[in-house]
Amino acid sequence: MKALLIVFAALAYAAPTAAQTVAITGGTVVVGDGSDPMPGGTVVVRDGRIIAAGANVPVPSGAEIVDATGRWVTPGIVGGFTRLGLVEVGAVSSTNDSSADTSEFSAGLDIVPAINPLSAAIATNRTGGVTRAVVAPETANAIFGGQGAVIDLGADMNPIMRPRAFQFVELGERGAARAGGSRSASHATFRNALDQALVYARNPAGYGGQSSDSLLNRVDAAALVPVVQGRIPLIVHVEQARDILNVIALRSDYPQLKIILVGASEGWTVAPQIAAAGIPVIASALNDLPAQFEQLAATQSNIGRMRDAGVQVAIGMIDDNDAHQIRYSAQYAGNLVALNRIPGATGLSWGEAFAAISSWPAEIMGLGSEIGSLRPGRRADIVIWDGDPLELSSNVDVMMIDGVQQPLTSRQTRLRDRYLSIDEQQLPQAYEW
Amino acid sequence: MKGSAFLLAATLALFGCTSTTSGQNTNSSSAAQGRAAASAFDPDPFPSTYQRYPGGPTVIQGATIYDGEGGQIDNGMVYFADGEIQAIGQTLDVPEGATVIDGTGLWVTPGIIDIHSHLGNYPSPSVAALSDGNEVTGPNTANVWTEHSVWPQDPGFSRALANGGITTLNILPGSANLFGGRSVTLRNVPSRTMQGMKFPGAPYGLKMACGENPKRVYGGRNQSPSTRMGNIAVARQAWIDAQRYEQQWENYRENGGSRPARNLRDETLAGVMNGDILVHNHCYRADEMANMIDMADEFGYQIASFQHAVEAYKIPDLLREHGICAAMWADWWGFKMEAYDTVFENIPMVHNAGACAIVHSDDENQIQRLNQEAAKALADGRRAGIQISDAEAWQWLSLNPARALGIADETGSLATGKRADVVLWNGDPLSVYSRPQMVWIDGALLYDMNNPALRPISDFELGQPGEGSTR
Repeated sequence: MKALLIVFAALAYAAPTAAQTVAITGGTVVVGDGSDPMPGGTVVVRDGRIIAAGANVPVPSGAEIVDATGRWVTPGIVGGFTRLGLVEVGAVSSTNDSSADTSEFSAGLDIVPAINPLSAAIATNRTGGVTRAVVAPETANAIFGGQGAVIDLGADMNPIMRPRAFQFVELGERGAARAGGSRSASHATFRNALDQALVYARNPAGYGGQSSDSLLNRVDAAALVPVVQGRIPLIVHVEQARDILNVIALRSDYPQLKIILVGASEGWTVAPQIAAAGIPVIASALNDLPAQFEQLAATQSNIGRMRDAGVQVAIGMIDDNDAHQIRYSAQYAGNLVALNRIPGATGLSWGEAFAAISSWPAEIMGLGSEIGSLRPGRRADIVIWDGDPLELSSNVDVMMIDGVQQPLTSRQTRLRDRYLSIDEQQLPQAYEW
Repeated sequence: MKGSAFLLAATLALFGCTSTTSGQNTNSSSAAQGRAAASAFDPDPFPSTYQRYPGGPTVIQGATIYDGEGGQIDNGMVYFADGEIQAIGQTLDVPEGATVIDGTGLWVTPGIIDIHSHLGNYPSPSVAALSDGNEVTGPNTANVWTEHSVWPQDPGFSRALANGGITTLNILPGSANLFGGRSVTLRNVPSRTMQGMKFPGAPYGLKMACGENPKRVYGGRNQSPSTRMGNIAVARQAWIDAQRYEQQWENYRENGGSRPARNLRDETLAGVMNGDILVHNHCYRADEMANMIDMADEFGYQIASFQHAVEAYKIPDLLREHGICAAMWADWWGFKMEAYDTVFENIPMVHNAGACAIVHSDDENQIQRLNQEAAKALADGRRAGIQISDAEAWQWLSLNPARALGIADETGSLATGKRADVVLWNGDPLSVYSRPQMVWIDGALLYDMNNPALRPISDFELGQPGEGSTR
């Protein structure tokens, strides 16, 4: 307890003076690049950036020392695919901005105004060590969901790190349903949309939109131009082997597309093809049930097997408590480590598992030089844990985002503290705060 | 000191409650048979055909043992044969002919019991044709028995066994209705029929629901109930009607005359008031649980468990005083308004107050790692200053759900004479890095991590992509 207070005190002092050099010493350092944890390491931070991290890093003279002996020092968790900040209470529609059921627009929707940095989900996931997240809209009445963003979970009003970071589209069972009832329809709709975006790009002022039978309005067409031109990635949700191969095949007609797959429960069955296409996958870690017919071959070994085949992978949370429980990422990564001890199963090494929730999603999103690891030059998104961060018994002691120390309280911790002891003899519990 | 006094009181209250409501198997089934004879109808028309599979005498030695009742034996031994736990202790004599398993570095626990599962009635794949969990045709469907919805080929059963160490599970109807119907307790053994999984002699449960779901479903149709006050009003009227029904039968049993017409709905509610059927009440909010407790008192029945009980931490004293178990998630929150006040310390806070805490899943994925859910809750509790040992916490997964299901004299701990429902874990079962290594149900080895042949594959999966690669 005493050591904890010292850590807090030191960082609280360091935070306001960002120019100050801070050295976090003595902890087990996880760089997040897939390498093994390094006991007794040092992490040096200055101006909100990582200067150095590793086992033999010298402490600069004059640096503020944060003693992390007995603790683990890691990059913050990057939520590989989430709906974080879009939803306060799932079933209360006025607080749920994840999809737009009756909107005229789809691909043109931009989730930036929907992100609420003060939502309980942001604070709660921060307490679980999550510092950044890829946030995607859900689809509603079209195959395209709109433009997602990469956010930070800092306790401030500036959550957007990269707006319009990607476009999101459904091309599996759900895509078929959105397009009118078949994969033939979803692919026809998709191709038409990209073709019309190209028409729009050639002459925006002359674009007719739906009035000329193009079935794609101006707003959606404009949003798809950078997608078809390969300037922003297209995140495609598919699960089934057939759908994955169909998506890979799209690139023969749209060679500029920067495709990222999400979900991909059956990815392991076509892993060589995915690897050959150089398409990264943000996969669901623990899906092992034929939850839908498109997931008959789901297995927890999916990520490990794709990794072994040379696919660039990361862990994402699509349709799995993706607005509220990105804090599960560490538990999921730990489960992939557990697979290594089960004959016939394929897991990840510890270093790989942590990378799958830090640098690997960052790299897939083209942000590996900024976030996701403690390599020099990265933003100082640092979490100090009281133990192995993938283990169920571990908790976050200290978190920094961009070198700024973050609060680790939430509605949830306040409610807990109110009710830890119930004594209403003098006053109701409502006065306990 | 205070904590242990509370714990003792709660334990007594629980046993008090089980003996009057379920009465355990001997009492309740003979009482039920007595009534059945007088009623001239069969109280068990879909009888269990479950029979244990063969298993030889087995000794596990050198393991860390959580006995499921709060006890821990380091470097201990367990011996089971003929389907039952024969002995547990620090050192045992190894009987001749017994298979001896070296458990050094491994853990032994009783099999995990999930008191809230929809395997079979909401199976995988999740398609409408197989979706049979909610009879959403009226707020009182106490007449339906969810065992008639259970599809034994749900691939989820095998995952719960192999990844989760689940040996017993309670399948509940959904929560759309105030009275959702009867639940059924199953052994987690592959079977061609539901009857082949049915836990012999286990009491039936009645799924009840309060809160958002019933009022949303029926309010959305402009029917009653459309409010929380409507929920209570419709439920009370149902109890009143069932009382009248039961009085007719009482009168018939005592005085003869013309035989009253049977009504499956009232029959189930009467079974609750008679103590033969256990109430498992879906309820999130503290204030609503208090209302349900008063309604139970009004009509003279006992609530065995609150299901979900997201705000149980606000009323652990009420739960303790009324001998009601709270079956909870470690950390689900935010998906609906009544799940907004979750705290991740809910389970340890309830336990610490001396009430009966249970970890439940309500989910085909988390049923595969209920041990991890317990571990998260335990760690969060410790972080908040609530010190509970690992072995004590294992009660959340075994003995406490067994009590709430009225099967605690048969399973839920490694006590001598109980069913040999045993999991050997390949490491600390509260670690993310551990999985079941071997699982026995009634002493029969039904899963072995190291033997690819000892892993069930459902009919649905046979011949499908990925068959056999489901690890």
